[in-house]
Amino acid sequence: MNVIEVRAPGLLTTVQDLGREGFGPMGVSPSGAADALSFRIGNKLVDNPENAAALEMTLLGGTFQFPQGALLALTGSDFGATLDEEPVEMRASFEARPGQVLRLGPTRSGARCYLSVRGGICVKEFLGSASTHLLSGLGGHEGRALRKGDVLEIGEADGHRAIGYGLEETGRSARSTGGPRAAGPIGNRRLTAKALQQLSPRKILRVTPGPQNDWFPASAQQVFYASTYRVAEESNRMGLRLAGPPLPEGARGEMISEGVSLGAIQIAAGGLPIILFVEQQTTGGYAKIANVIAADLRSLGQLRPRDEIRFERVDWEMARALLIEQEKLLESKDLIRE
Amino acid sequence: MGTTETGNARFVPASDQSLLIYFNDKITLQGHKQIRRMLRALELQPIAGVRNLHPAYCSLLVNFDAMKLRHAQLEEILRGYLGRLDEVSLPEPRLVEIPVCYGSEYGPDLNEVAALHEMTPAQVIELHASTTYLVYFLGFVPGFAYLGELPETLVTPRLGTPRKKVPPGSVGIAGRQTGVYPFATPGGWRLLGRTPLAMFRTDRDGLSLLSIGDRVRFAPISRERFAEMERS
Repeated sequence: MNVIEVRAPGLLTTVQDLGREGFGPMGVSPSGAADALSFRIGNKLVDNPENAAALEMTLLGGTFQFPQGALLALTGSDFGATLDEEPVEMRASFEARPGQVLRLGPTRSGARCYLSVRGGICVKEFLGSASTHLLSGLGGHEGRALRKGDVLEIGEADGHRAIGYGLEETGRSARSTGGPRAAGPIGNRRLTAKALQQLSPRKILRVTPGPQNDWFPASAQQVFYASTYRVAEESNRMGLRLAGPPLPEGARGEMISEGVSLGAIQIAAGGLPIILFVEQQTTGGYAKIANVIAADLRSLGQLRPRDEIRFERVDWEMARALLIEQEKLLESKDLIRE
Repeated sequence: MGTTETGNARFVPASDQSLLIYFNDKITLQGHKQIRRMLRALELQPIAGVRNLHPAYCSLLVNFDAMKLRHAQLEEILRGYLGRLDEVSLPEPRLVEIPVCYGSEYGPDLNEVAALHEMTPAQVIELHASTTYLVYFLGFVPGFAYLGELPETLVTPRLGTPRKKVPPGSVGIAGRQTGVYPFATPGGWRLLGRTPLAMFRTDRDGLSLLSIGDRVRFAPISRERFAEMERS
């Protein structure tokens, strides 16, 4: 069995995939990678299916050993990774030989770094997903963040093409070849400079109006769109609390709890915004002034405490066009260079 | 994109990948049944591109894949479902009894709630445990059921400052609602007691002890019984 040994877990490292959709009626939010875009690119770099489970590290990365070797990629923020003391290139696939140690440090850019491994990480799925939901202790590796001494099983690569793996037509698993994975074409994949530039996380978040948008008078809208907000320390995968100018009290209706969407910006008592994030509560009773557009949700996953952000309103057509553009780039030949 | 009406239902985009259907502007049994019928219809005949559904008191949030659907298109499809809701039958409601040890460290707010309503703690327990509640929906966290309605004389605002951590199994009240916290979470409801039952368990069918539409009664138990049940 190929494994990853956790020598040091880092600040908050969890097993994630693209989340578990469809269980809202039970109060289960999707969870999943906070920066889904970087997560997907990581899997592409190691030729995994898009949803294969990977590790999400937060602010400070961990130290991992690969007793049988592994094909790896790091995406998202640069956590200053080294492999046996040698610097590792971000957003490019690389091989860890048996026994090598990958060490990550504090972030040099945004909040989250993803470690993808060829074959994905094997955990017992909960409701069809490997993603960890920390608050409820469900999914992922024992429903919790990784600890020192944890051992994670690396999955079998789906034998397709199996470049450089010395597989025969019979479709033997990659694992059955026993030895370290030879560096083949997969070992040389990297994100193109063009894609890196186009996909860099944003600090000006684009939003569409929320369902209670018209409860907020012009004076409140003015403050919301003109202000710079700072991400508060107590932000996490459930939500990002913002500090800055509170919205003035205005005419408000009586709010009855309702379903809340990912990226919803609710105005809590005190007039400050909270952005609901991947481990969000599924329903809530605060009025929502706006909602971060789908294309910019991944940027939320890279925000650190004390980062400064602003909101920019776009119309529905623009939100859609931006998402389509992002998805097209993700599927295009310009994304990855072999 | 504006708000549109179909019968008494209103459609409002919540985000670029979600659409809210408001069945009513206030909490009614009729609205609740419509939401359950809609949920059932969408479970029986799923719409391609719909990712998730979040029922609540008066509304249903429909999350969709924005690469496959647009608001107007989805609204039109959902209107078709609305027109056929009367044909959707709902299962007979289940009655679930939840044992609760009231007061002491299990219900740290019991005495204060009693004082607020000029009652004895025993009267509060009697009122809370003599009502049959409806599960309006599950939300907030996995397995958290919003139960209503609380007897008028027990209606109490939530705490001014929410607790950072409410122990799992805690039974709380807020406004006209009552509910049981399945996990250790922050919470602003006033705590009357605690149940030894697990509200959400991954090793059982259905996972959540309660489902939308269930009827619930609370049964007072002693500390000894609580300890016994917790052990088993």
